[in-house]
Amino acid sequence: MTVPIIYYLGLSALLFALGSVGLLLKRNLLVQFMCVELMLNAANLAFVAFSQGRADGSVIVFIVMAVAAAEAGVGLALVVVLFRNRNSLDSEDFRLMKG
Amino acid sequence: MSDWFWIIPFFPLAGFLVLGLVGRRLPVAAVSLTACGSVALSFVTALFSWQALLRQPDEARFFSQRLFTWIAAGNFQADFSFGLNPLSMVMVLVITGVGLLIHIYSTGYMHGDPGYPRFFAYLNLFLFAMLTLVMAENYLLLFVGWEGVGLCSYLLIGFWFEKPAAASAGKKAFLVNRIGDAAFLLGLFLLFYQFGTLDFRGIEHALHSEPLHFPVETGQIGTLTLTALLLFVGAVGKSAQIPLYVWLPDAMEGPTPVSALIHAATMVTAGIYLVVRSSALFTRAPLAMETVAVVGMLTAVFAATIGLVQRDIKRVLAYSTVSQLGYMFAAVGVGAFVGGMFHLVTHAFFKALLFLGAGSVIHGLHGEQDLFHMGNLRKQMPRTFAVMLVGMLAIAGVPGLSGFFSKDEILWKLFSSGHTWLWIAGLAGAAMTAFYTARLILLAFGSRPHGEEAHGHAAHESPAVMVVPLVILALLSIAAGWIGLPAWLGTNHLEEFLSPALAVHAEGAHGAGSHSTEIAAAALSSGIALLGIGAALLFYFYRRLDPDALAGRFPFLYRLLRNKYWVDELYRGVFVQPCLWISRRVFWLYWDQEVIDGLVNGTGRILAGAGNILRRLQSGSVRDYAAWLCAGALTVLLYLLIV
Repeated sequence: MTVPIIYYLGLSALLFALGSVGLLLKRNLLVQFMCVELMLNAANLAFVAFSQGRADGSVIVFIVMAVAAAEAGVGLALVVVLFRNRNSLDSEDFRLMKG
Repeated sequence: MSDWFWIIPFFPLAGFLVLGLVGRRLPVAAVSLTACGSVALSFVTALFSWQALLRQPDEARFFSQRLFTWIAAGNFQADFSFGLNPLSMVMVLVITGVGLLIHIYSTGYMHGDPGYPRFFAYLNLFLFAMLTLVMAENYLLLFVGWEGVGLCSYLLIGFWFEKPAAASAGKKAFLVNRIGDAAFLLGLFLLFYQFGTLDFRGIEHALHSEPLHFPVETGQIGTLTLTALLLFVGAVGKSAQIPLYVWLPDAMEGPTPVSALIHAATMVTAGIYLVVRSSALFTRAPLAMETVAVVGMLTAVFAATIGLVQRDIKRVLAYSTVSQLGYMFAAVGVGAFVGGMFHLVTHAFFKALLFLGAGSVIHGLHGEQDLFHMGNLRKQMPRTFAVMLVGMLAIAGVPGLSGFFSKDEILWKLFSSGHTWLWIAGLAGAAMTAFYTARLILLAFGSRPHGEEAHGHAAHESPAVMVVPLVILALLSIAAGWIGLPAWLGTNHLEEFLSPALAVHAEGAHGAGSHSTEIAAAALSSGIALLGIGAALLFYFYRRLDPDALAGRFPFLYRLLRNKYWVDELYRGVFVQPCLWISRRVFWLYWDQEVIDGLVNGTGRILAGAGNILRRLQSGSVRDYAAWLCAGALTVLLYLLIV
């Protein structure tokens, strides 16, 4: 017996909501960054759930993982550089683009 | 030669192009040579054309040359074509002849001026425009020349544009002339509406061949009368008649040769030429003719009274010009077209002479123009004095000189055509003419009363290049009368020459009155002229009468004349100030600043305001952006769920 798809999707939605709420409420860049990763993985979970017995969804998951890895590389590098220069990781300290 | 007559206007045009383009790089002698040479070539060509014209039989005395079709639209066609008939021939000879003398004179007068090449470039351009005006074969090309001379007049009045008075005088001339030109254009529209062409000969032909369609409009204001009146308004502007004469006295701010050439001898007579050239039209509109005569005579007397008390030597002559032009209009208004043209020719000679003489005086006195600062110049400038005296005797109408014959013909035609009141006014004007010219000569050249310091001792006689043209003009002023002798003395050659061109039944020329009456009238008018001169002698030579005491007796009259009837002030109050007020209050402060600027600034302000609101979105905070992102995603999601 298989687990009904709705459980997967429920978990995915929960993770996604956690990620987005964390992104919105947290002020630490590193935490926000991890929340983004959480949202990506929530999406991955949904893909995997939808592609039960099929290959296309799984392929997309790999692509997302590759992109996430690259993004993690760039993003973490930016976080390191920001911390070195400004000695802070509070995203509210970086408002240079205020209109 | 008759095939080549059309080249006459192009010599000055070539001169203008050379001087205008490279004049500043040429040596002074080359500039003078180009300027005078081009006019001399025109004059010689004009002389040959005249001889060729004389060889033709009377009825075939016209040359015509179509250079190219200028406008062809539907039925309408206007050619760029030049023609010569006796009337335009007379004009061409006067323009090129007097023009040549004034060019030569100017080489002396303008010597050393930094704008020397520019001056002659304008002068040559003026001659081209003026010759186009008189040689045009249709009204449209005439209008081109008409506007061209107006432009040159503007440029030359404001030649010393660094002087504010000169710049504003040029502007004034231009604006006042626009009023006349607008009416002239309306007249042209009416002509085209009625005749379907603007060709002189086409219109004359239509008028003569269809007398039923174009009747003489006696006692009614028909289209022909309206057309004639509109053309006359144009002439009033150009020829400085009431009510548009105000620009001419101010035009004296220009160099004196310009005053002589443009504002005395040639351009201002364009209005007379226009009326005479349109004689076929005007004779169908008796009411318009009466208007011409009355306006002319009013101007003649009005301007003469102002001339009596002016202090500036050139302004006396300017009002005199306005007055003499009035005589010409009075003459053509009563049908004496030949008389008007005759006075035009003689006036061109003696008024150019007087202006150039005045220029010689001003030159000798280093710019002094106030008559009351002159005096005793007779000894320092004997040649200028002699020629000025001739010009004065000519314009005053002393028997034997040209002005006598031409003015007498006008007065006689006024009398014999039954316009007794105009004749009396003309006699009064003649007396004043004699008085103010004699006053001018006596004040400038005569001795000062005891105890008054004269500036005369600093004067020097002008160089030969200025004096020789003066002498030639003086000879012409003496002799020119013989081309139009009255019937009791000989033949009127001018009338014989002109009548084929006038194509009108010139009955006005053969009015009532016998030779004996004519002689009596001539005696009367010469007596009046001598009276005027005598009065001036009593005031300013023998000093039996004191002009200041006379002015004190009639203080209001004196102030009225001194202030030129306050016409400038009147125009300023009635036309200029309201116009400025409307321009300022309505067009600038309201329409431009409120409406136009409001629209433009309002657009900016709306966009700036909108931006001010929207820029709050751009907070710079990553979390705000993320919130907007989520909100957007949720909105899309909601949309998908609901729809």
